[in-house]
Amino acid sequence: MSDITIPTSEHADDHSHDHPAWLAHHFDDAEQQFDSGKLGMWLFLVTEVLFFSGMFVAYALFRSLHPEVFVYASQFLNAKLGAINTGVLLFSSLTMAWAVRAAQLSQQKILVSMLAMTLSCAAMFLGVKAVEYTHKWDLGLLPAGMYITQGVAEPNHGNWLQILCIPAAVFAVIFAGWYLFALVGRNRFQLQIAGPLLVASLCFFAGVQLGVFLESGESHGDAHGSGHGATHGDHHEGAGDHAAHAIIVDHMVATSIPGQAFPSEVFVDPKRVGIDEPEINQRGRAGIFFGIYYMMTGIHAVHILGGMGVITWLIVKAARHEFHSKYFGPVDNVGLYWHLVDFIWIFLFPLLYLIR
Amino acid sequence: MSAVISKPLVAPVESAKEPGNFLTHTSGFLSWALTLDHKRIGLMYLVGVMSSFLLGGVLALVVRAHLFYADGAFLTLKQYNQIFTLHGAVMVFLFIIPSVPAALGNFLLPIMLGAKDVAFPRLNLSSFYLWVGGAIFFLVAMLTTGLDTGWTFYTPYSLETTGPVVLATMGVFILGFSSIFTGLNFIVTINTMRPPGMTWFRMPLLLWAIYSTSIIQVLATPVLGITMLLLMAERFLGIGIFDPKLNGDPVTYQHFFWFYSHPAVYIMILPAMGIISELMSVHSHKGIFGYRMIAYSSVAIALFGFLVWGHHMFTSGMANVTTIVFSALTFTVSIPSAIKVFNWLFTMYKGTVSLTTPMLYALSFMFLFTIGGLTGLPLGALSIDRHFHDTYFVVAHFHYVMMGGTLVAFLGGIFHWWPKMVGKMYNELGGQISAGIVFVGFNLTFLPQFVLGTRGMPRRYATYVPEFEFLHQLSTYGAFLLGIGLFVALGVLINSLFRGKKAPTNPWGGATLEWVCSSPPPHDNFSKPPVVGDPYDFRGLEYDAREGGYVRRK
Amino acid sequence: MAHTSVDASAQIDSHGGGHGHGDGEFAHPASLTMLFSVFFTLLALTILTVWQSTLDIGAAEIWVTMGIATVKAGLVILFFMHLLWDKPLNAIVFLSSIIFVALFLGFTLMDAQGYHSTIEIKDTLEASLPPAPADLPVVPSMPTT
Repeated sequence: MSDITIPTSEHADDHSHDHPAWLAHHFDDAEQQFDSGKLGMWLFLVTEVLFFSGMFVAYALFRSLHPEVFVYASQFLNAKLGAINTGVLLFSSLTMAWAVRAAQLSQQKILVSMLAMTLSCAAMFLGVKAVEYTHKWDLGLLPAGMYITQGVAEPNHGNWLQILCIPAAVFAVIFAGWYLFALVGRNRFQLQIAGPLLVASLCFFAGVQLGVFLESGESHGDAHGSGHGATHGDHHEGAGDHAAHAIIVDHMVATSIPGQAFPSEVFVDPKRVGIDEPEINQRGRAGIFFGIYYMMTGIHAVHILGGMGVITWLIVKAARHEFHSKYFGPVDNVGLYWHLVDFIWIFLFPLLYLIR
Repeated sequence: MSAVISKPLVAPVESAKEPGNFLTHTSGFLSWALTLDHKRIGLMYLVGVMSSFLLGGVLALVVRAHLFYADGAFLTLKQYNQIFTLHGAVMVFLFIIPSVPAALGNFLLPIMLGAKDVAFPRLNLSSFYLWVGGAIFFLVAMLTTGLDTGWTFYTPYSLETTGPVVLATMGVFILGFSSIFTGLNFIVTINTMRPPGMTWFRMPLLLWAIYSTSIIQVLATPVLGITMLLLMAERFLGIGIFDPKLNGDPVTYQHFFWFYSHPAVYIMILPAMGIISELMSVHSHKGIFGYRMIAYSSVAIALFGFLVWGHHMFTSGMANVTTIVFSALTFTVSIPSAIKVFNWLFTMYKGTVSLTTPMLYALSFMFLFTIGGLTGLPLGALSIDRHFHDTYFVVAHFHYVMMGGTLVAFLGGIFHWWPKMVGKMYNELGGQISAGIVFVGFNLTFLPQFVLGTRGMPRRYATYVPEFEFLHQLSTYGAFLLGIGLFVALGVLINSLFRGKKAPTNPWGGATLEWVCSSPPPHDNFSKPPVVGDPYDFRGLEYDAREGGYVRRK
Repeated sequence: MAHTSVDASAQIDSHGGGHGHGDGEFAHPASLTMLFSVFFTLLALTILTVWQSTLDIGAAEIWVTMGIATVKAGLVILFFMHLLWDKPLNAIVFLSSIIFVALFLGFTLMDAQGYHSTIEIKDTLEASLPPAPADLPVVPSMPTT
């Protein structure tokens, strides 16, 4: 993607002297270059929308076929974390749009700081996401193949959050060192790059703090209130559950249909038994929801990471004073990409977290 | 790409004074490996896709040789599965899809348009390397345990087999991005890089075809990407949506897969149709009949192509109402295809048809594509498809379209533009002989398969009942004859590189812009902006014996 | 809101030439007022949708929630991505993606609804034939084909 609008600087010595360095040799003028880059970017966004569409179709399909699974499983998601992350992403979209404006007006300092803020918001988003993910891994709320039935056994608590924090910590140390190095050497150019990167890697931890606070704090009841045994196996409706479960197990033994390699996954027609949870709280049921959840949010997070990469690239270029009112295509196009990532999240958030 | 390495590549050359061309512009391995010149990238693609074709072709011959006897000649059942899978996957993903758009399209599109290059030259080069990367994944998959799922990777088998499904799907994923970026590049190039005077309806029909193809590539290929990604996740994590053991749904996988892979069929055939439009007109020395209808029908095929994917799944357990809708929609695609065929026929009518090698291939295409297209109609009809589904009838049908259509048009296109690409004329008689052998060999291979299919021979079987042996043997003989024909064609082309005489600027009398610049074209394509006229106006083009080609007289 | 920055013109002049035919006309900087009002609208809509999810409005919930999401997405597309001022071609390109997603979604959902109902009928029939009890038919774990 980054290839789309890189100015071909090696053509600086081209024979056509009316071509400035930022205008590639095969374009006639700046506007043609800009229009090409922009159309290319919109087409790329089209491919992104269609790429995500596969997961939206999977979501719609399984939701329409098994609504009770989605009602059950979505209550394990913490809507507060989702809402906070929505706000963070919306704010990063604002700063990105402002960055584009700054590039168009050749406001170099504003441009760098807006890009830095966008990058920091992205890191914060990932920090919150890390808390969300690791909390679910601890509880065994995993894709169908690995899903652990809730409330039956004590789930394995790993130190996933610490592990996820390691790369961010390494980055933070490296960037802090770089920043100090540049500070000592009074290298303004490097300071302009190392500073935002340091702030962004620290923002990841800010996001983690925020996530931990919201996940463990007052949100307890909201997030897991009705998800039996989600947190530390506190079965406050346990009796009813066990009764329903017993009926099903009895029934399974009674009928014993041949070919049931997975007796724990026998599904009882919900229309007959009513929407009760033990038969949803299983690999092939709630597990599918989490499969879709991890794919949707995971690929979205990969796009955030990719966006962070290109924003860093923009910061470097901006620190080199490469953008001005006639050459701002890369900022604009990365901005479009960033807004699309936001656009996708705007749909993911209510679909996964809100709709019951 | 560091500017340091690529600097020598683009060092300015006074092309106006020295008649250099893009081949001799710079030299050295890196000048090719890091080139941003669409013509060189096109040639590298050509070498790549032809190597893949050779690999796929050899695998096909192995399959046919094995099927010579009813009990199978020399392969184990497992090996047979692996070899037909690789034949299909290599041919589809590595050869047919990139063949015309990436190889010929890259070379021709900017020149035909009158532009200096595609809009994003670096993206173009990275597409090529993505293609190479995807191809490597496939080769590794082949050299490890061997893939045995068929090229479609249907679940649940692809979730259970021990074959390298993840490697191969990773390869497909990467190849998909190569295809997307090529399509994206072409759409932007055609939209924004047209020189003054090149209006939409002055574009050669090949460009309309490539434009339509690119639309499909951009809209459909991402869905293949996500399908492959979900399949990998299903194998690694068990996300459950495709795996029946986890209450997933294999028919969903088929929907996902064919949402891309049916439009992909039009990625394969549309550019071939574009080539035929050029060949028919130039070698009949007569303006194309029904220019606008051919142009519109390309776009129509591209869009209709998205509405018919369900016809691959009639027997997969789709709902009755959906099968009826998809069956009805399937028939609509035949309309734009038929429009093209009739227009090509009328282009020849009262033209001065010269039976050159490209024209012979174009005529083969007309014949084979018509058979392939018409045999698609019974397959689109629900009741008949129940009977023909997964038989050799289907195999014969899509080989008539894919190979008789795309491959034959691709060969015709290569012979047509070969003088332009390498600057050498090939031996005309040799080319004509190759076209003849390919035509006979092709029909001998695949006509018996229609008969086999109607009698109930299932596809993908390594052994069969003895009563089918005669027809299978005919088919195997045909396949080897076809192989000989293709090697003759290759020999003629390679021979021309060493012994061919220098190609004139316009050997066939074409009126599109690539015949204006010298053979081979200079590095910048056009030293000054070309004069754009009607691409099919042959008035004033006369043969000049001294030049060995056509020149335009005022 | 035009290119008033001295910095910009200095840059361009240093590159020498290139400002013949209406260069820079393609830059349309967005006003900060607009950006901020869009942002606060988006925030308000987010709060609205979270609040609305706590109400029990039954089957209408999915439509209300998706409606709000669509409005938010529209604001992002039109203002942040300034599609409102962009070339119509880019808008058509983007809309086409939505149309094709709808096509994909529509056909696949239509089919899934159709064949799953036939599977349920088949399963119920099969379950009722063998000596299985009629009151609690067990659906096998392999649902399709």
